[in-house]
Amino acid sequence: MTDNTPPSGAVAELRDDAASRKSFLRLAGTGAAGSLALLIAACGSDDSTTSGTTPGGSESPPEASPSGQGAAGESAAGDLEILNYALTLEYLEADFYAQVIDSGLVKDKMLVELAKAFGETEQAHVDALKMTIESLGGTAVEAPKTKFGPVLDKGLKTVLETAATVENLGAAAYLGQAGRIESKEILAAALSIHSVEARHAAALNQLVGRGFAAGSPLEGSVPDGPFAAPMDMDAVLKAVKPFLA
Amino acid sequence: MNDKLTNPELAQIEITGMTRSSFLVRSALAAGAVYGTATVTPFVSRALAQGGDVDILNFALTLEYLEEAYYDMGLKSLSLSSEIKALATEIRDNESAHVDALTEAIKGTGGKPVQAPGVDFGKAFADESAFLKLAQTFEDTGVSAYNGAGPAISSPEVLAAAGSIVQVEARHAALIRLANGETPAPDQFDMELGMSEVLKAVKPFVRG
Repeated sequence: MTDNTPPSGAVAELRDDAASRKSFLRLAGTGAAGSLALLIAACGSDDSTTSGTTPGGSESPPEASPSGQGAAGESAAGDLEILNYALTLEYLEADFYAQVIDSGLVKDKMLVELAKAFGETEQAHVDALKMTIESLGGTAVEAPKTKFGPVLDKGLKTVLETAATVENLGAAAYLGQAGRIESKEILAAALSIHSVEARHAAALNQLVGRGFAAGSPLEGSVPDGPFAAPMDMDAVLKAVKPFLA
Repeated sequence: MNDKLTNPELAQIEITGMTRSSFLVRSALAAGAVYGTATVTPFVSRALAQGGDVDILNFALTLEYLEEAYYDMGLKSLSLSSEIKALATEIRDNESAHVDALTEAIKGTGGKPVQAPGVDFGKAFADESAFLKLAQTFEDTGVSAYNGAGPAISSPEVLAAAGSIVQVEARHAALIRLANGETPAPDQFDMELGMSEVLKAVKPFVRG
């Protein structure tokens, strides 16, 4: 078999380059984040951690900062808001996987490993987002109080289907924010998470046997066909509400 | 941003006294920082400064053409198991739609879409397992290529389209990986690849 295997050279080599997948960690370090943090501090960011602010929703996006330093402060505040929104979703996912593993419902060795790996990844996203928010001078939101009991009570099938749906939701949520992110560094980091959520979503939807598209927007391994559909904050927050205590 | 994409020496060049020409020079240098210094000749720099998104779209179009051809040829030359045939068909159709959309987007911005590249996939169609193995490389590379190019896109519409496509590429990658018995998401943060790295990775499969 090895004789027939086509070359996958450059990519395989790069896969081992740990440094190349640490967007967030680099971002949270000195460099760009440092200067952004200074900029945000200069513009006053205390009121920039509003949660639940929605694009085009009932609350308006953050206004210009009190010091009136204009667009840069506004966009940085917007990015912090998006980071905190993403953090909330990642908290929710990480907690769900942790509860699923604790429940002992998953027995299949492959599924246990998958749930653990996905859960660890969501936790890594939580850590990276928190670090980034703090390095930008913002305040990271607290983990939401979750309510997954009813899902867990329904057993393994419902648990896996819920995970599959929530991952589709996560991917759609990141996609919905991509065009709103001002900082190129934060965009790069968000993209590197977005595609991982999409991988989780496709794998879980495949494993629960939903096929490529299952009719409902959040069901299926490729639920929207060739072009993935974004979801805005309003729609996402509404969709996750049943899981919030 | 991605230290594989950026060239710090170029990105940090400050040009004061912003006449129009110096602004163009600086834009070209910034483009050089993204595309790699070697590509910024006096002739292309003006185009890059004015139409970076078209270049990125054409870069993406080349990859999509390559993927479309790969699945299409695989479907025609191999007798795939029913599950893999369904997957390859879904992916081929998605890649075709990406080709069409990117072609339209390039025309819409007044650019000229590149032609489909000639291809040579070597022994990839020897059997199903060889086919799936190279498919995984293409899909993982596609994800990293879009993720790497994303921050360099200036138009919000083009970025939205690229985001919508890369999510589908990531889904393909996960499904192909599962079919290969591999972990669907090998990294906690998907890596980004610069254009030159992607071109190096796909070069063995492009003819002419």
